Amino acid sequence: MRVGATFNVAFRALRRNKMRSVLTALGIIIGVGAVIAMVGIGNGAKSQVEQQIASLGQNIIIISSGSTTSSGIRTGWGGAGTLKIEDAEAIRREVAGVTAVSEEVISTTQVAAGNQNWFTRIYGESADYFDIRQWPLADGAPFTAQDVRSANKVCVIGQTTATQVFGNENPLGQILRVKNVPFTVTAILNPKGLSVQGVDQDDIVIMPYSSAMKRVVGGTTLRNINVQVADASQLGVAQQQIVDLLRQRHNIRAGRDDDFTVRNQQEIADAATATTDVMTGLLGAIAGVSLVVGGIGIMNIMLVSVTERTREIGTRMAVGARGRDILTQFLIEAISLSCVGGILGIIIGIAAAKTIAITRHWPALISPMSIFAAFAVSALVGIFFGFYPARKAAALDPIEALRYE
Amino acid sequence: MNNGAVVRLIDVRKTYRTGDVDVHAVRGVSLDIARGEFVALMGASGSGKSTLMNVLGCLDRPTSGQYFLDGNDVSSLDRDQLADIRNRKLGFVFQNFNLLPRTTARENVELPLLYGENRLTNAQLRERADRVLAAVGLQGREDHHPSQLSGGQQQRVAIARALINEPEVILADEPTGNLDSRTSIEIMSIFQQLNEQGITVVMVTHEPDIARYAKRNVMMRDGVVRDDFTVTERFEGTRELEQIRSTSDEAS
Repeated sequence: MRVGATFNVAFRALRRNKMRSVLTALGIIIGVGAVIAMVGIGNGAKSQVEQQIASLGQNIIIISSGSTTSSGIRTGWGGAGTLKIEDAEAIRREVAGVTAVSEEVISTTQVAAGNQNWFTRIYGESADYFDIRQWPLADGAPFTAQDVRSANKVCVIGQTTATQVFGNENPLGQILRVKNVPFTVTAILNPKGLSVQGVDQDDIVIMPYSSAMKRVVGGTTLRNINVQVADASQLGVAQQQIVDLLRQRHNIRAGRDDDFTVRNQQEIADAATATTDVMTGLLGAIAGVSLVVGGIGIMNIMLVSVTERTREIGTRMAVGARGRDILTQFLIEAISLSCVGGILGIIIGIAAAKTIAITRHWPALISPMSIFAAFAVSALVGIFFGFYPARKAAALDPIEALRYE
Repeated sequence: MNNGAVVRLIDVRKTYRTGDVDVHAVRGVSLDIARGEFVALMGASGSGKSTLMNVLGCLDRPTSGQYFLDGNDVSSLDRDQLADIRNRKLGFVFQNFNLLPRTTARENVELPLLYGENRLTNAQLRERADRVLAAVGLQGREDHHPSQLSGGQQQRVAIARALINEPEVILADEPTGNLDSRTSIEIMSIFQQLNEQGITVVMVTHEPDIARYAKRNVMMRDGVVRDDFTVTERFEGTRELEQIRSTSDEAS
């Protein structure tokens, strides 16, 4: 029999049981919708993480002070204070492809201006920092290499700090007291918003590292060294050169652990997105379970339908339907249900993901791939769960089927 | 070789195995039915008439013996080939009508065409279905569902469905079993009209009154043909209906 006529037969049968058809498809609608929405939200979260990592700057290598193990005692990054200003100078001088280096010290402390005070993070950096982080200024001018050399008492502040300390006043040129040392505010940063970890990146005071070490943090060691290379292809080579250089400078013998950690941006990104990948996978898996449940719903209804329509099948066989025609009819019914469910599910899933994205300020990213996959899976669910009932119908004996009450 | 016999059975036997016992439902039936005949197959339950009907209807294969339908041996065809034979050469009318529920009369009648070899457009399907529906007197009821039709009307839809592929033989299994006597006569009169147009009709019934509308009666008992005779005092469906009408007029 012709495929067109079989479709005709199957659609007529589905139309005859509109309510049941809709309810059966509902299982798939919810399943596919859930998969699309969950994966969309998971992917959105991942893309946000990636954006945040990218906002660190491009082609960045971060060297952190502190060994993973030092005489059996592990200190954590930055804790051991093994990085010296000279190490940064050496990297600047000797490592190929390096375009910018920023020595970094970090502290948290109380800052004040006028009668306002505020607890914030202090970053000591080089003048290259704003280029490395690709962090433009909202207003004013950054501190210069000269300021760094002279350890001038100047600073650049984030939006949050500006609002908290200076209120509605313009902070430019104003004095900000950090540990009672007066710093002149030379610029305000553009807002960057919350980081992936939920830290307000605009709650910050950035000053020359020399000033920070001398007047705020104390000590002579650096927490991190941020290095930028010209091209992504140079990251690996540069990273290896930095490791070799620092091991040599720190007199670390072969076989001993590094007393510093070097990570490039890609590794940081991978670590961060691994978490969101797990989340996406988990959400997708839970949603996938509901898709399977929807499929079982289809099988259940199709089995009931085959039993209920035994006489109909007998009649069809009596007037000339072959087993194959019956099989195709029931298979098309099942696939139609699951495909229509799949399409509606995709629409509802996208709508749900967008709604969540808007109301929860959470990104949602629906990839064409996930739409295609969801549709393919729903069609497969139809074939898989529709085949058994369809075969059962096709194998009926026409005489028995006609006699069935 | 068929000398006009549209159905020829040669020593047809049908044996069922139920558990350890063999049930010989049909034990050697030889029967010729010529084109244009109207045969009533009669017998008590268990006489083997239903089994023979299933064989005639190509729903079942004989255990042994040969069955020529329209000159072709169909006794050894497989399931799919039998389905094609049923579609092209046979039309079925059942006791319980066997119409698809929640489906219009027209769509019910179209059903055999959907499984036929010819590719027809929806308009052609509709046109052919409406024509046979009109032929059985159901003009204007094409869009009615079976639940909106009386028993007699439902059986007419079933007859229209049996006619649509212009079959060699119409097989009717107790076509009046679920109908009152007056509607039964109406249905028999339709069969007689079709028969007069040259269509071969084979009907199973256990009611002697109904069998008298046929031209020939074949009586079965214990799986064999016991009697085979031409009906002498035949009932005419149209005349009987007129009589009923006039008696009810007198009564009122």
